[in-house]
Amino acid sequence: MTEAVKPEDEAKLEEFMARIERGEKIEATDWMPDEYRRILLKFIQMHGVSEIMGAYPEKEWVPKAPTLRRKLGLMSKVQDEVGHGQLLLRVAEELGAPLGVTRESLITDIFHGRTKFHNVFHMESPTWADAGVIGWLVDGAAIIAQTALLDTSYAPYGRVLKRICAEESFHMQHGESIILALAEGTKEQRQMLQDAVNRWWESLYFFFGPPTISRSAELMMKYRIREKTNEQLRQKFLSRYVPRVHSLGLTLPDKNLHYDEATQTWSYTQPDWERWGRMVRENSGPKSQERIALRRQAHEGQRWVREAMVDSPHRAAV
Amino acid sequence: MGMPPVVSKPAEVALHRGYQEVVVQFLTELADDELTLGHRDSEWLGLAPDIEGDIAFSSIAQDEVGHAAFCFDRIAELTGQEADVLAFARPATERRNARLLERENGDWAETIVRHYLYDTFDRLRLQALVESSYRPLAEGAVKMLREEYYHRLHMQTVLARLGRGGEARERVERALYALADEVGSLFAGSLQDTRLTELGILTASWEDIASAWCEQVAAELEDWGLPVPAGLRAVRPAEDGRTVHGAALQRLLSEMAEVYSADPLATW
Repeated sequence: MTEAVKPEDEAKLEEFMARIERGEKIEATDWMPDEYRRILLKFIQMHGVSEIMGAYPEKEWVPKAPTLRRKLGLMSKVQDEVGHGQLLLRVAEELGAPLGVTRESLITDIFHGRTKFHNVFHMESPTWADAGVIGWLVDGAAIIAQTALLDTSYAPYGRVLKRICAEESFHMQHGESIILALAEGTKEQRQMLQDAVNRWWESLYFFFGPPTISRSAELMMKYRIREKTNEQLRQKFLSRYVPRVHSLGLTLPDKNLHYDEATQTWSYTQPDWERWGRMVRENSGPKSQERIALRRQAHEGQRWVREAMVDSPHRAAV
Repeated sequence: MGMPPVVSKPAEVALHRGYQEVVVQFLTELADDELTLGHRDSEWLGLAPDIEGDIAFSSIAQDEVGHAAFCFDRIAELTGQEADVLAFARPATERRNARLLERENGDWAETIVRHYLYDTFDRLRLQALVESSYRPLAEGAVKMLREEYYHRLHMQTVLARLGRGGEARERVERALYALADEVGSLFAGSLQDTRLTELGILTASWEDIASAWCEQVAAELEDWGLPVPAGLRAVRPAEDGRTVHGAALQRLLSEMAEVYSADPLATW
C-alpha cells in the first residue's frame, strides 16, 4: 500500500475512483487497482467456496429425504448451491487470472487453509429438521447478505448474484415448506424443529460477521463492493425472521432478544465472536475437517478423471 | 390370443384379464430401477471429480428419481396405494430393481460404466413402450426417452474419454469385467413373462432387447478401443436378478427410509 505508485497509475487510480463514485460498474477487462482486485477476489472466492461447502450439510439428507418430492426438491437445491459455487468460481478465475489464480488453486485453497467458508457450514445437521432450517433460516440470511451486494461495483459479480438471489428465494420456500410440515405435524416433529432452531440460532448471529467494521470491510465500502454493514444486515434478518419464528409457536434460545423501540434496533446476546472467528479461521468446527476431507477426496482422489477428460487424444497418443 | 387391447386409462385395466397384474409388476420394475439408480447417483452430490460434473450428475439423478415418481404414481392410480409408501415402505424382498443397480457406486469409472450399460438398456426398453397398449405409460415413455437421450450421451462422452488410456482406462476395464456378471439381472422379471408382449404392454421381446443391447454395447466399446467381456456379448437373464437382493440394497433402503420410518403416518 505504501509502495511508490507510478504517475500513470496514479492517474488511472484517480479515474477508477471517479468511476466508482459515479456508480459505474467495473468489468473484468477494465483497469483496476491491485488492491481492488485482491480484496474482491478473496471475497468472491470465499463466497463461492461457501456455496460448495454449503452443499455438504444438506447433501447428508438427500438419501434420507422422507418423500419422493422432498428427495427431488433437496437434490435440486443442493445442485443449485454447487451451481452457484461454479458461477462464482468462474468469476474468481477470470478476476484472478492476472495473479495466476486458477480453478485448481481456488479449490485446493480450501484444504490448504488458504480460504475460509461461512461458519454455518462448519456445523452439524443431525436431523431432518436441520435440512429444513438450513433452507429456511440460513438461506434466508444468505438472501439478505446477497441482495445487499446486488449493486456491487464489480459487474460480473453483480450479474451472477442476480441469478443466485433468484434461486435462493426458491430455496427459502423449499425450506419453509419442510419446516411448515414439521410445525404442523406431530409432537415429535415439532420438537425436532424446535431443537434445530435452537441449534442454528447463535450461528445465524455470527453469519453476518462482527459489528465492528474491519479494515477490509472499510475498503469494500470505499470501493463500493458492498455498502451495508454487518450489523445493518443482521438487524434486517432479525426484523424479518423473529416474527416468523414466533408465529409458528416456536421459541428462540436468547432471553435477551427484544426489539428496542427507543433505538429501533434489536438487542441480542452477543455471540462469542472470538470463538466463532477462530473456528472459521482454523476450520475447527464440529464438521469442518470431515467436510474438507470430502472436498479433498473429491478433488485429489479423482484427479485421474479430470486428467483423462481434458487430455487430448493426440497428447495421449504421443 | 388376438390383437392386444388398448388401455387408455387406469379404469379400463379391469376389462382385460391378467392385465393389471402384469402392468403393475412391470411398472414396479421400472420404478425400482429408476429409484435405486437415482438414489445411487445422488450419493455423488458434492463428491464428483469436478464441479461441472457434479451439477450434470445431479440433473441425471433428478431425472431418474422423477421417472421413478412417475411410475409409482401410475401404480398408485391402479392399486390405490400411495406412491411414497411404495417408494419408502417396501422391504427388500418386495423390491424388483435389477441387482446391477443396487451395487455400491464404486469409483467414478464403475459409476459411469454401470450407467452407460443401464442407459443403453433403458433406452431400448423405453422405445418398446412408446407404442405400449397401456397409454398412460406410453405417454410417459416418450418424455422419459427425451431425457434418457442426454444421459446416454453424457455417459458415452465420459466413457470414451476415460477409455483412452492410463489409470482411467485400467479402472474402466476393471469395471467392465466386474459388472459383466451382473447385467443378466436387467433382463430378469417381467421381460421373461410372455404376457407382457401378448398384452402389448411392451412391444419387443426380451430377446429383441437383449440382442440389440449386446450389439450396441459391443460396437461402442470396440469403437472406444475397450475390451468386450463375454458377458456383454451374449447376455443370459439371471433368473433371480430382480427378486434376490444383496446387503447393498438393505443398507440403501434403511438409509432411504430412516426419516420416513420414524413415523410413516406423519406428514413430512
